[in-house]
Amino acid sequence: MATLGELAKLIRSKNAGPFNLTFDVMFDEEETYRRVVESNVLTKEVFCRLYNLVEENVLLVHHDAARAIKISIPRPVFSCDLEDGDCYGGQQFGPLVGLEVPDA
Amino acid sequence: MEARVLSPCGVIGSGFPESSFERGLSMKPHVIACDGGSTDNGPAFLGAGKPNFSRSATKRDLKLMLQGRESLGVPVIVGSCGTAGGDAGLKWMRDICLEIAREEGLSFNLALVRGEQDKAYLKKRYKEGRIRALDPAPPLDEEIIENSAHVVGMMGDEPIARALDEGADVVLTGRASDTSVFACHPVRMGADRGLAWHAAKILECGAACAVHRARPDGCFAWIRDDHFVVEPLNPQMYCTPQSVASHTLYENTDPYRITEPAGVLDTSRSAYSAESERAVRVVGSEFHTAERYSIKLEGAELVGYQSVIIGGVRDPMILKQLDSWLDGIREGFETRVQEIFPDRATPPAYQLTIRVFGRDAVMGTLEPEAGRIPHEVGVLFEVTAEDQVSANTMAATLAHFALHYPIPEWGGLISTLAFPFTPAELEKGPVYRFNLNHVVYPDDPYEMFPSEMMEVAN
Repeated sequence: MATLGELAKLIRSKNAGPFNLTFDVMFDEEETYRRVVESNVLTKEVFCRLYNLVEENVLLVHHDAARAIKISIPRPVFSCDLEDGDCYGGQQFGPLVGLEVPDA
Repeated sequence: MEARVLSPCGVIGSGFPESSFERGLSMKPHVIACDGGSTDNGPAFLGAGKPNFSRSATKRDLKLMLQGRESLGVPVIVGSCGTAGGDAGLKWMRDICLEIAREEGLSFNLALVRGEQDKAYLKKRYKEGRIRALDPAPPLDEEIIENSAHVVGMMGDEPIARALDEGADVVLTGRASDTSVFACHPVRMGADRGLAWHAAKILECGAACAVHRARPDGCFAWIRDDHFVVEPLNPQMYCTPQSVASHTLYENTDPYRITEPAGVLDTSRSAYSAESERAVRVVGSEFHTAERYSIKLEGAELVGYQSVIIGGVRDPMILKQLDSWLDGIREGFETRVQEIFPDRATPPAYQLTIRVFGRDAVMGTLEPEAGRIPHEVGVLFEVTAEDQVSANTMAATLAHFALHYPIPEWGGLISTLAFPFTPAELEKGPVYRFNLNHVVYPDDPYEMFPSEMMEVAN
């Protein structure tokens, strides 16, 4: 077992414009990328359960050339609105870091 | 064909090493281009018309670009001037540019292409049903357009190309799509649009496509008939196929489809390979022309004026009833507000936002662990009112009111909040919000972006 945070080169979140958030989980090694993708540890379903969302609003892409899993969602609160706590969206990935990936 | 583009850095004012820039010049670019803005910094820059980077840092970068232009005789393009690309930002950059020209004895034809939008024009297009909401978007009506502090349209490459066609040597623009600033000249030279726009997407962030971007720096692209090559300017940085492929992920919802005014850049068939140890070759990028030409709008409106209070709670008794305690403060304060404005028939309207750091202040409704209360929390109270004096008055009262707000477990007067400083309240000034995520369908790519040409002679 290893966590996603241990396996990934970078896990980040960021605004994709003021109205959407995007999450990138990127890997150095092709083998690690494949292992994580095939483990189904990070799917739309898992993401929605974790972030309390409905699947129809979630875009998940496996970007093979970048060896990255990318997830985009509409922001629950638009960037810098009064209720927004993260104007750049840079700290929304935290719950992904500890996801456990079984050994290949 | 070969179109060579020099991008000195990801945003003008962020700086770049002169040695990198000189190396870029030695590779004989056809154009030097730089982006000047973003919505990433929030709506305050558009709302207040203020730039994110300092005047002196911006002047330093622009001076090197103008001197580089002088030595090569190629155009300089700076997009989204002054961060938001409204009229205030364009005027700010124009003044810096004229000052440099005067001090350095430079002469050139300067084109200014505006990006700020006229409210009457927007209302007309709205009534015609030619403004469409993107998803998600805040609600829109004529009143919202009218109440906007500023609205800009994100121009495509066409208005910039027209300025170049008319003889401009230096083009400063209002809000422009980051990519159009870089794609413009290669497209004008006859480059394939898929390759030109994809190269532009990489160039717009300077050296961000490198494996390790040690500091803000630049990037160079060669756009040829059936491929393009990118390379960081700094010899100590390098790109890999993965680092270049990754770049389409950054700040985009869909890494394969990036929407521009004239259509969509499609990178789903792009292939990346090493051209050298530092450079990457890209093939297969496509540009699909849209059925209708569209311009994305960005708008900011004033929400009010803020004063804020930061405090910490360590009392386990309060922590176990944190929400009901905060609800009590919120309700009690509503009554208290009536009392502090005795001269007014009704107290000023206000909004009280309370964030609990240590619980869900960062992620709000997305937080999976919101139920877990740690041994201490930070509480941020934000009072937003229609004017600054009211916000300050209310925050001062709130700080005292919350400090002593009781819980049933303790008898006698308590002090509930650890303030890290006094006065506990901080004046935060005006607050803006983004009020548009919409596109306009104009008659042509130019009608929203009037330009003027100036002959700068020194």
